[in-house]
Amino acid sequence: MNWVGIALASFFGAVLSALGMGGGGILLIYLTVYLGVQQQPAQGINLVFFIPVAVVAICIHAKHKLIRWRVVLPCVALGLLGVWGGSRIALALDSHLLSKLFGGFLLVIGIRELFTKGKKDNKSSEKTE
Amino acid sequence: MKQADKKKKWLSLPLGLAVGALNGLFGAGGGMVAVPMLRWLGLESDESHATSMAVIFPLAIASGLIYLHAGQFQISDALPYLPGGLLGAVCGAWLLPRLKTLWLHRIFGVVILFSAGRLLLQ
Repeated sequence: MNWVGIALASFFGAVLSALGMGGGGILLIYLTVYLGVQQQPAQGINLVFFIPVAVVAICIHAKHKLIRWRVVLPCVALGLLGVWGGSRIALALDSHLLSKLFGGFLLVIGIRELFTKGKKDNKSSEKTE
Repeated sequence: MKQADKKKKWLSLPLGLAVGALNGLFGAGGGMVAVPMLRWLGLESDESHATSMAVIFPLAIASGLIYLHAGQFQISDALPYLPGGLLGAVCGAWLLPRLKTLWLHRIFGVVILFSAGRLLLQ
């Protein structure tokens, strides 16, 4: 096992996830592009990886009073339906095709990231700058 | 103003659907929709980034269980990644209120584009 690669991919993926920057893709990319894991198992591993990472990050964010719990429930409600539909499609697709679709999705995200204006300053960040 | 807020809350439902669909389809990427959606609902930038984690958390559990049930992987496959992940989570959460993320977005974008290229061309 390449422990350096594992440590780097998991660490930076989690940092970006906790920052809310969509870092969940980092580990998934590492698994599929560099380790050659098939797309569906890699996605499953990435999802399970995210769960304890999210628990830690959510606890810290909640302590800093950054989570608005009232908007979470409506977002999640239909989100669960989306999860069911999305995963059914993913599990039915050929792994190679799903990998290409994911590559296309990353292309869109990558371009968006290059042109994003970044996190806007707000009251909480003004205190520490 | 109240009617506009109510309308926004209703519109958060189909946006939540998109977040869940991406999460289920790709096992990642839901945050890319969740963060701007939460900003649009009126949350501050830091709050959007933080709250997106709380939105995606239950969706990731649901997706993970579906993939696990389908026999795509075993939980033990994810264990080697947990130590680095937990450390990264602490660091990232500590950084969120302190960091201007513009350059992180640029670096992340380059990494993502390089990986997209590898996936599309392999």
